[in-house]
Amino acid sequence: MAGYSFFGEGLPGIDLEELKGKLIVLEGTDGVGRSTHIGLLKQWLENHGHAVLDTGMTRSALAGKRLKQAKEGHTLGGITMSLFYATDFADRLENEIIPALRAGFIVLTDRYIYSLIARAIVRGADPEWLREVYGFALKPDAVFYLRIKIDDLVTRVLQSSGFDYWESGMDMHMGEDMYESFVRYQKWLLAEFDKMVETFGFEIVDASGSVEEVFENLRERVDRVIGRNGY
Amino acid sequence: MAGGMKMYGKHRFPGRLFIVEGIDGSGKSTQLMLLKKWLESEGYVVYFSEWNSSPLVHEVTKRGKKKKMLTPMTFSLIHATDFADRTEHHIIPPLKASAVVLADRYVYTAFARDVVRGVSPKWVRELYAFAVKPTVAFYFRTPLDIAMKRILGGRDAIKYYEAGMDLDLSDDVEESFRCFQDRIVGEYEKMVDEFGLVVIDATRSIEEQQSEVRRIVSQALEGTKKTRIRRWLDIASLAKGSRESI
Repeated sequence: MAGYSFFGEGLPGIDLEELKGKLIVLEGTDGVGRSTHIGLLKQWLENHGHAVLDTGMTRSALAGKRLKQAKEGHTLGGITMSLFYATDFADRLENEIIPALRAGFIVLTDRYIYSLIARAIVRGADPEWLREVYGFALKPDAVFYLRIKIDDLVTRVLQSSGFDYWESGMDMHMGEDMYESFVRYQKWLLAEFDKMVETFGFEIVDASGSVEEVFENLRERVDRVIGRNGY
Repeated sequence: MAGGMKMYGKHRFPGRLFIVEGIDGSGKSTQLMLLKKWLESEGYVVYFSEWNSSPLVHEVTKRGKKKKMLTPMTFSLIHATDFADRTEHHIIPPLKASAVVLADRYVYTAFARDVVRGVSPKWVRELYAFAVKPTVAFYFRTPLDIAMKRILGGRDAIKYYEAGMDLDLSDDVEESFRCFQDRIVGEYEKMVDEFGLVVIDATRSIEEQQSEVRRIVSQALEGTKKTRIRRWLDIASLAKGSRESI
């Protein structure tokens, strides 16, 4: 059995014993292919009879819409923004993730507190403080960290949507242009993710291969987590 | 930008921060208003930090309350977000500019309210670690009965979260409000020593309370700069008066 726990001071009024499902996190930087693989895993799991909830950042009913707008307008300060994200996350945790786990779903989440922490640290927030704040989060059953080198990432991003203002950290004035800024910002994020590997027990998945290769790798790992056998 | 979290605990800003705390009906807002008048007449640059946070955060809070979507955790976090915005935009800049900043309610309100809702006391204190430590924090201590009489007499209906209706203390709004406030008082009392809140006996006359507040504030103001901004303010009020008379 899972035996869920919180990272720190947990959510009030939650009976952890009731949580039966599995919480699986895909982490990794922008453009690494997280959403593609969430989609594939969901389909595959459902084909095998599992109920799946897929969820991602800034999609909460409470704050999702406004958070998107706040990002576009970027008038909020760093601490305010970090806490706005934490609010959004708490809403999804309590209203989507926990009810789904209670109902025995496999929850696939596109990013978790780790991305929120990495982004906030890069923007000047205190790592210790962030860890305390996110103490209310549930420890997941597994975190698959899709790791990629910066060169491969640049190629991949250019082939898809191009450089995005936020994904390039343009709000931080890190470079002359989008490319320079993207490289510096993403390198920094990758370094923060790498620091978390041990602290949070990430399983590293090499994301530089083809979609098929990466998916194959992920499928085996997910299989192990949910203890699927007899199919 | 990177380079050290802004933890304002022991700030070195040239300004001063005075805040008032207490339950609804303790008379704290009246006292703060009187303090503001006095400070202005003395020639200090006074900045009143209201709860006018960014429209985005405000809207989420309002909607969450209206639709009763908030859990103790999201209630706590959205108010912390709001408070962070206030800190970053309405408290730090005036303190840097040597102003005397006044705030009606502060982090202690959140500590009391969130803990009564079941949030961990340790966690909520960590959450607000970015807040500026006030120069003086006044706590207006009021017996619940007196406070209840003051508010139930002259105000609109008590709102859902204000009455702590989400805690299922009672089906009756007034009864729930009373139970909720009673627990809030309990939390305030615990914080007096923990944070060195300056207790003002709010059963005394308004004048007596105010003169005590002014005495304490004036001690804490030593070395704070006064300005000639008063002259400008006079002109502004004259201009306002003349416009109204047209």
